[in-house]
Amino acid sequence: MTDFLVGDVTLATPEGLLRGDLLVRDGRIAGLGPTLGRPDGVELITAEGAILAPGLVDIRASLGEPGYEYRETFASAARAAAAGGITTIAVLPDSQPAIDDPALVRLIAARGEELGSVTLVPYGAATRGCAGAELAEYGLLKAAGAVAFTDGRRTIASSRLMRRALSYASAFSARIVQHPEDAELAEGGAATEGARATIMGLPGIPAAAEAICVARDLRLAELTGGAIHFAHVTTGEACALIRQAKDRGVHVTCDTAPPYFDLNETAIGDFRTYAKFSPPLRAEADRQAILAALADGTIDAIASDHQPRDADDKRLPFAEASAGGAGLATLLAVTLAQVKAETLTMHQALALLTEKPAKWLGIDAGVLRRGAVADLCLFHPEKSWLVEAGKLPGKAQNTPFDGRALEGKILGTWKAGRRVFG
Amino acid sequence: MTNRHLLGIEGLSPPKITALLDLAENYVLLNRSGKTQRDLLRGRTLINLFFEDSTRTRTSFELAGKRLGADVINMSVATSSVSKGETLLDTAATLNAMNCDLLVVRHNQSGAPALLAQKVEASVINAGDGTHEHPTQALLDALTIRRNKGRIDGLTIAICGDILHSRVARSNFLLLTMMGNQVRLVGPPTLMPAEVGSLGVTVHHDMREGLAGADIVMALRLQKERMSKGGMVPSAREFFAFYGLNAEKLAWAKPDALVMHPGPMNRGVEIDSAVADDPVRSVIKEQVEMGVAVRMAVLESLARGTLWND
Repeated sequence: MTDFLVGDVTLATPEGLLRGDLLVRDGRIAGLGPTLGRPDGVELITAEGAILAPGLVDIRASLGEPGYEYRETFASAARAAAAGGITTIAVLPDSQPAIDDPALVRLIAARGEELGSVTLVPYGAATRGCAGAELAEYGLLKAAGAVAFTDGRRTIASSRLMRRALSYASAFSARIVQHPEDAELAEGGAATEGARATIMGLPGIPAAAEAICVARDLRLAELTGGAIHFAHVTTGEACALIRQAKDRGVHVTCDTAPPYFDLNETAIGDFRTYAKFSPPLRAEADRQAILAALADGTIDAIASDHQPRDADDKRLPFAEASAGGAGLATLLAVTLAQVKAETLTMHQALALLTEKPAKWLGIDAGVLRRGAVADLCLFHPEKSWLVEAGKLPGKAQNTPFDGRALEGKILGTWKAGRRVFG
Repeated sequence: MTNRHLLGIEGLSPPKITALLDLAENYVLLNRSGKTQRDLLRGRTLINLFFEDSTRTRTSFELAGKRLGADVINMSVATSSVSKGETLLDTAATLNAMNCDLLVVRHNQSGAPALLAQKVEASVINAGDGTHEHPTQALLDALTIRRNKGRIDGLTIAICGDILHSRVARSNFLLLTMMGNQVRLVGPPTLMPAEVGSLGVTVHHDMREGLAGADIVMALRLQKERMSKGGMVPSAREFFAFYGLNAEKLAWAKPDALVMHPGPMNRGVEIDSAVADDPVRSVIKEQVEMGVAVRMAVLESLARGTLWND
């Protein structure tokens, strides 16, 4: 492992963007600040106009393995993550088998350590087999390293079970992560209910299905004193409920993902299954509301929401096609488009991808400070690149952003001081 | 690329619709005279690819193809819920190998013909996809209306019943509003698609209000097989009581209002036999005759590329 100095670069620190140098020794940040000077024997890295940020922390992705290796494996996902500047991924448990056993939790973390380029933080199943019937062993799973509990893409539908999950998890100071869609209203739906779904003849899911679930679970969190996190919120109504609940002191957090603030429901025109998501893409007003909630701090993090799918999963009639998009390689650049649009400041955007999700996960990452492990992402905010399905890093090519020119190119990614990309 | 296919009324324009109807009108006369045009599509292959049961539409396309001299092959593909997807694209590859020229597709999934159109070299004609579109039905309805009313604009048309599950309703209101008619959708709220009122039609839950002053009353089949658990109307008899088209309700429309139905009919559910079989008011049988003529016009236009290249 070589020591190196990233010289004369813009550093994304918790205090804001500062011009200076950053020195890495023995895999840790040995110093940062204006004109550190290069010690002897230290490699110098320079990049005109680039920003050096902490390695990105992705709080929600499915990696295919175990069970769906034809879609993605830990190794292929790690390549995509490195190319996307991501050094930590929280991995959803709704794999095959579901991560509902301490041994499986340890397996996920161990596979990350073996890969060496990305830390894998396992979620535990909220219910056995993520089947929505019986509570999983939160205490044992947490002791094995599970960071929070969720059934992944599946809503914890029963009010009684959700109440118990929140209540029981509170004994271990653990969060329950919900896919917020009223399960009965969402059943069989393929697109957001409205004029577009009507004209395409697609079964709709009312946008209110999200707010209905959020309202119920907020009330259950209050009733139990438990902590709730809503994954990929997509509607203004849900954000308003969460904003109010935060003001009243409910233990609630939430995240969203790039498709929900970059695209709206018109992307599914011509039955484009690569724009099929769960929850589905929303109306423009909701996209705008998500941007507002990112800017005002209601939303705590931006996740990649990576859901690898292969062509056979997607080349089907729309309602039968699998939902979800590849998101690792495009996470940063799609987010930076909002900096360009002046919806978010660079500081806000990067905090939503690094410091805030790391804090949420309770891990020591996501901040540039002396002594921290040198997980780094060096990128040029103005250099552009073309998103091309078929040429993305990793196995999953199911991007909804195919053909888009994005600004924000990753120049290098380092994991604990070792260069893993660029 | 969409110009090669007929995937829906969406994408057509009033001049194209008029040209198609004019062409179909000629075929009505030709069919009635007993003459044929067997040289027009000689040597061309038309495949009827039906993933869903159909008698009327399939036969109509078969007859249309044969009258124009095409080699017509009927393929009914049994669909198991598991293998549907593979079947569709595997079938596309097979059809390409057979050098099929015209592919008529019916499928229970919205967008399936559009997906096939991306993969096959043939011209794809949507013969009904899920709850999306059924463009040749809308064209034959338009021809029936034009022949009986002498025009296809400025009319008030009430489409009644199960709008939610009806691809016929969607294609019809798209075509009829595009041509400058007033379209009213009449039915219970549970059978009305979301926000359909924003698409240039008016929505009515009361038959008397919806039918008042209508020139055309179109009844749709109550699609019980598409209704998920719980039901969207409490019973067939309740539906008939409030939305079934009978003589009493028809009297709310104009005295010369015509009755239409795309078939197959549930007699006594959405339409009363006395109305359906009324020789003066009902043009249901004529719709079937127009179906063959319209499909001949569509097949000819697509095969020769005459209409689609502006």
